[in-house]
Amino acid sequence: MTTDRIPVIPRGVRRHHDAVRGREVLLGPERALMLDDTAVAILAAVDGTRSLGDIAGHLSAAYNAPRDVIEPDVVAFLDGLADQMLIAYA
Amino acid sequence: MPDTSHTLIQPPIAMLAELTHRCPLACPYCSNPLEMTQKGAELDTDTWLRAFREAAEMGVLQIHLSGGEPVSRRDIVDLARGAREAGLYVNLITSGIGLTEKRLQALEPFVDHIQLSLQGITAAVADRIGGYDGGFDRKMHVAELIGQMGFPLTLNAVMHRHNLDDLPATLDMALRLGARRIEIACVQFQGWALKNRAMLQPSRDQVNEAKRIVAEARKALKGRLAIDFVPPDYYADYPKACMGGGWGSTGLNIAPDGKVLPCHAAETIPSLTFQTIAEASLRDIWYDSPAFNAFRGTDWMPDLCKTCDRRDIDFGGCRCQAMAIAGDPAATDPVCRKSPHRALVDAALDIDVVDGPQPEFIYRRL
Ligand code: SF4
Repeated sequence: MTTDRIPVIPRGVRRHHDAVRGREVLLGPERALMLDDTAVAILAAVDGTRSLGDIAGHLSAAYNAPRDVIEPDVVAFLDGLADQMLIAYA
Repeated sequence: MPDTSHTLIQPPIAMLAELTHRCPLACPYCSNPLEMTQKGAELDTDTWLRAFREAAEMGVLQIHLSGGEPVSRRDIVDLARGAREAGLYVNLITSGIGLTEKRLQALEPFVDHIQLSLQGITAAVADRIGGYDGGFDRKMHVAELIGQMGFPLTLNAVMHRHNLDDLPATLDMALRLGARRIEIACVQFQGWALKNRAMLQPSRDQVNEAKRIVAEARKALKGRLAIDFVPPDYYADYPKACMGGGWGSTGLNIAPDGKVLPCHAAETIPSLTFQTIAEASLRDIWYDSPAFNAFRGTDWMPDLCKTCDRRDIDFGGCRCQAMAIAGDPAATDPVCRKSPHRALVDAALDIDVVDGPQPEFIYRRL
């Protein structure tokens, strides 16, 4: 699978700050996923224009981390959400 | 005594709000109790809105607006708005009957997602199950509107002997309607479904075929349609987990009259007393009421479950099913192969499936 696919957060899925648990969550149909810091950073970079590769590059620059380490994590995380229909590819 | 200190009990994640028991359909597997609440005894708008706020404040993230048919409530738009304003993810669980384009538009800003029930994929089957002539055509019309508006949609296909063979066509319908998810929910035998078990119980062949079709479709439709499959548990070796994570662990339920329940069938357990949201706060009921603490943790379990390596997977199974079949809500779920009551489940399968069904449905009517 290529990294030029562009992920989008589809309608019906949204991020939410859970004040009771002090965490960020991703809410979708029958789903409430507690997000860790990495997941929050990846989802924040999903803007409907960046490709998977762009997101990896963006995070690599922002966190000063090697891109070849970050990219597989980005792809695996977003593909995992796509399998649950919580991410769509444009 | 179970430990009821708040540090051990997690806040709930989801709440099912059964806004009303009124419904134009009469499905013989309805999960509502046999004794239903009349319109006059339903909670009013303000009480529901308070319950939504209390729920959000204690950690509930998702609300399911359900019934009965939730759009039978004239205040459904106000209720959806209140739930959304409380900060909840709003899921509307509906048959579609009673939804118009105007009403859908009014709901659109507040409802995150619609879950549309499906009684069958042809008018002949669907209207027979729903006990409502013309219901299928009206539902299809609403489904089209939902699709045109781009509303996120899950189809909830309740499956049993009379429609399980239509599973491939049911999946096709989900794709055609633009649903992103489908729940293939085989009937669970509580409430009305238990009364109609002999009419509804699928055969073993039907169940095996359905499992095969689901496994293939999950692969073929990856990224297009998410498929949740709830198999019929009488054919299983081990029970389903009670409410996903155990009794009083992740979800709660408010009945139309305000009774707060650990699950929709909990009132079938006669030894438990349930408080209403008029009597106590949701928080007090969740953390401190005897009913919510009755089956938390492992202290209540029979030794069979306490010492079992699946103890933290299924939590001893369904308390209401233990009540219904074994007559004891603290028994191991009789579906479990290790249960001393498993023979009752096998006998029921023989009577219902081998000896053939009863002549007609007993419809759910208020
Ligand atoms: S013995 Fe109890 S815990 Fe073990 S599988 Fe059966 S129901 Fe589950």
